[in-house]
Amino acid sequence: MAPDPPEVARISRDDVTHVALLARLSLSDDELDEFTGQLAAVLDHAADLDALDLDGVEPTAHPLPLRNVFRADVPVAGVDRDEVLAAAPAVEEHRFKVPPVLGESP
Amino acid sequence: MEGWETVIGLEVHAELATATKLFSGARNEFGGDPNTHIDPVSLGLPGSLPVLNEKAVELAIRVGLALNCRVQPSEFARKNYFYPDMPKGFQISQYDQPINGEGWLELPDGRRIGIERAHLEEDTGKSTHVGGGGRIHEANYSLVDYNRAGVPLIEIVGMPDLRCAEDARAYVAELRAILVAIGASDGKMEEGSMRVDCNVSVRPVGVEELGTRCEVKNINSLRSLGRAIEYEARRQVDLLTSGRRIEQQTRHWNEEDGRTHKLRSKEEAFDYRYFPEPDLVPVVPSQEWIDEIRSAMPMLPRERRSRLAGAAGVQTGAAALTVERGLDDLAVDSIGRGADAARVLVHIENNLADGHGALTADSFAALVAMETGRDLTATQAKTVLADLVESGGDPAAIAATHGFEAMDTSLIEELVDDLIARHPDDWAAFVDGDEKERKKKSGFFVGQIMKSTRGQADGRVVNQILDRRAGGPARQD
Amino acid sequence: MSTGAGGMALAMAAAVRSGERSARSVVEEHLAVIAGREDEIHAFNLVAGDAALERADLLDRSIGAGDDPGPLAGVPVALKDNMCVRGVPTTCSSRILEGWRPPYDATVVEHLSAAGAVVIGKTNMDEFAMGSSTENSAFGITRNPLDATRVPGGSSGGSAAAVAAGFAPLALGSDTGGSIRQPAALCGVVGVKPTYGAVSRYGLVAFASSLDQIGPFATSVADAALLLEVIAGHDPLDSTSIPAAAPDLLGVLGRGVEGLRIGIIEELSGSGPRSLEGIAPDVQARLAEAAAALEAAGATVEQTSVPFTVYGLSAYYVIAPAEASSNLARYDGVRYGLRVEAGNAVDMNTATRTAGFGDEVKRRIMLGTYALSAGYYDAYYGKSQKVRTLIIEDFLRAYESYDLLLSPTAPTTAFPIGAKTADPMLMYLNDVCTIPSNLAGHPSMSVPFGVGDDGMPVGVQVLAPANSEPTMFRAAAVLEAAAGGGAS
Ligand SMILES: [Mg+2]
Ligand SMILES: [Zn+2]
Repeated sequence: MAPDPPEVARISRDDVTHVALLARLSLSDDELDEFTGQLAAVLDHAADLDALDLDGVEPTAHPLPLRNVFRADVPVAGVDRDEVLAAAPAVEEHRFKVPPVLGESP
Repeated sequence: MEGWETVIGLEVHAELATATKLFSGARNEFGGDPNTHIDPVSLGLPGSLPVLNEKAVELAIRVGLALNCRVQPSEFARKNYFYPDMPKGFQISQYDQPINGEGWLELPDGRRIGIERAHLEEDTGKSTHVGGGGRIHEANYSLVDYNRAGVPLIEIVGMPDLRCAEDARAYVAELRAILVAIGASDGKMEEGSMRVDCNVSVRPVGVEELGTRCEVKNINSLRSLGRAIEYEARRQVDLLTSGRRIEQQTRHWNEEDGRTHKLRSKEEAFDYRYFPEPDLVPVVPSQEWIDEIRSAMPMLPRERRSRLAGAAGVQTGAAALTVERGLDDLAVDSIGRGADAARVLVHIENNLADGHGALTADSFAALVAMETGRDLTATQAKTVLADLVESGGDPAAIAATHGFEAMDTSLIEELVDDLIARHPDDWAAFVDGDEKERKKKSGFFVGQIMKSTRGQADGRVVNQILDRRAGGPARQD
Repeated sequence: MSTGAGGMALAMAAAVRSGERSARSVVEEHLAVIAGREDEIHAFNLVAGDAALERADLLDRSIGAGDDPGPLAGVPVALKDNMCVRGVPTTCSSRILEGWRPPYDATVVEHLSAAGAVVIGKTNMDEFAMGSSTENSAFGITRNPLDATRVPGGSSGGSAAAVAAGFAPLALGSDTGGSIRQPAALCGVVGVKPTYGAVSRYGLVAFASSLDQIGPFATSVADAALLLEVIAGHDPLDSTSIPAAAPDLLGVLGRGVEGLRIGIIEELSGSGPRSLEGIAPDVQARLAEAAAALEAAGATVEQTSVPFTVYGLSAYYVIAPAEASSNLARYDGVRYGLRVEAGNAVDMNTATRTAGFGDEVKRRIMLGTYALSAGYYDAYYGKSQKVRTLIIEDFLRAYESYDLLLSPTAPTTAFPIGAKTADPMLMYLNDVCTIPSNLAGHPSMSVPFGVGDDGMPVGVQVLAPANSEPTMFRAAAVLEAAAGGGAS
């Protein structure tokens, strides 16, 4: 399983910085270096897939060929609000309290 | 804006009128105490899993059929982004395989506006920004209510086929009428159950290539839709004519200052990392199911307009308001019972804005017959109509209780002559004036007669007398 | 704790149901074993002793009143700490969920309860099931009961260790890439990954949704069959649940393998020119002996090539992190679990996730985020999904010629604690034999078969086509008998 040269550029420190931002994680400089190396090793291993001819192969997202799984439009008792709110980090007026949201939702 | 063309494409989100949410049995109900319409799925609790609401699929197919879309096999995808009102950190939506492919919507005047797709997705919760006057950027903190999270939405993506604010409003009005008619949504923009995002670009007339577009969000009424488009188009033209470029942006419509404001540029756009939703399986509606849904579809506004136009002998445009108010059955039935179509439509336009109440096609037809037979003046008919809407009954009997009897024409002639004598200047203006002036003065004379007869006189008769006295209709310039 | 092929849990339930012994005595006995060794092993995040005794008393009263609580009457079951029990802390061995008590029960928990089982505790695991050694828990490592200097495997290491240590005769784990079978092999117990969709995932905290399956740990094949029969079956709350009743397994266990065609997967066997490297010689030897035992019992056994299985690891380490990056986005400090306060929502999310997740979880979230991000989707996620198709087609082709397939469960026996923590890729290679079944959605199970040169147990993996658990269990029972009865 000697990896062939990958088809896309090797993951860089900048890529990891960007990905951490997308994933809402903050990394120290040392962590950035360490994670970049580790992610690169896994992705290099995945480069063995580049050797395969995948033209015309359909992707598989679901292991089982199930179709049309529905539920009836009938209300079902939910969860107890107090039980749920009791587990929340911060609550006000029966709502979940969060620090100021700086941007609009997309 | 001379020499420029505006190009508009709309994305409309409408909440589907189901009893429960798209992926769970929590209630789909507007309002309610905060966080009472919740369950593990709509809160995104660890371990919870979505199961698709069959009714939502049926309603989505109805929308597709009403918009002449290709109803097709579809899959759900995850649209990943963080936001406090988004409980799972992703929205379950449809991406490359929407349930409804291309279609079109016909405006009341017959023009077709392309539909790119109409797909299913879930709504988010609702954030309230506390402090800073409720404005998001100055708030001290926010409170999140997940009652709305998971409510089924149909997102209808229109092609950039619209060219002015007026058309955009007509498109949304027609779309809303369709959604309401087929029972897919209540279409209430003010409750947020119908929301419009608007892509606007401009280009010099004659240029084929599309300009850089901006997406305008936070449009909460048909009125703001028109205002927002006009503002945004002008902003873009001003930029271009002063030699600047348009940056692709998402912008926020502010109702108070009447402007759009930059939310973010394309470079700051989210990377949604769409991928197939592994917790849901594909939806492959059978032809039998689609046919069954099609055969249960009610008549669409377009068909209802042409049915009424046919019955009334008018253009479909004239029938639009009647259909919009849902009074076309009443109109068609009344006309079918012999009522004068023009009077029927006039009454619907002016006197039935709040619906027809206890008024039936029979009593409506009888009332209009009394009016056209000169047994009632227009003013009297309006009064009787109000009673019929309020509590029903026999129009002749109601007219009698009001003491309505048509006035003798000779009595009216006397009153008119007396009035002419007392207002010689106005009369001269009426006789010598152009059409506009004569109209103005006739309004004065009719008004005075109505006042002195407390509405008993027939306005049409007064006008006929005035014309006769003046020796013919107004001169044409 | 020799049990015989009849099964320890089966015998226990029979005794409780008949009134021969009380559920309380069964629970007390196990709590005593736990008290004796749990400090050393650390199989549990939570031992629910009081609740278990209360439950046992309830069962005893109902039995006294003439009721039959069901096939697991009074049997203690240990639950991996990623399955929701209403009101009981469920942590996934992560700081980010520390203290969270679900307001609802997982479907498997309802099944257990309906069968008369007693939940005795929540077991330790690799954080969010990401790992192969149970060294990635925020609450400390679990040790292998057979040699406390070694790992129990993972990610369901706590459940495997609990069963191996006699803390509970049965346990549930979850298996996304081998997380039941590999620790079962390393701890010398039976572990089963059912067909995808055979057991409801409702209430299982998701790692990689298209791969996750709940399955049993037991000291014998019969007990594993008993537990799987209880937890399997259609669940309308899980859209990916197979619309069929649970299969009859106990009824077919004794049927043997006479006439079955069994293929040894050359690529995963360590021998033959196409095989991956790294399968230890002692593991290869036990596999050969297992094949011989099946042959002796009347099956035809031969080596066969299932060529795309070698690409399973690469595809898996793109697909699983991609799904995980999305599944774990809900831990944002807003609704439950940990929150680290900050001046705005984005900073709060980031501070919470940075403090709440361990390194392995962060690694996989970033890997998955990268694999799905603009410009990389086709090169990684898209490609891996296509490879998944090839692996499935590969298996289906093999199952035209063979009823079952065979391979080692893990490349080596249990390794020393700390041996692989510095190199994630080295750790990932533990799953090379188990991953293909998850990608295909097919069932497979690990059966203890002898020991390696170090005296630690070796597991043999039996693989079967979708919904062929009955055939798979028949072969497992033959291997168990050949290896010398139930767990030793
Ligand atoms: Mg959109
Ligand atoms: Zn949308």
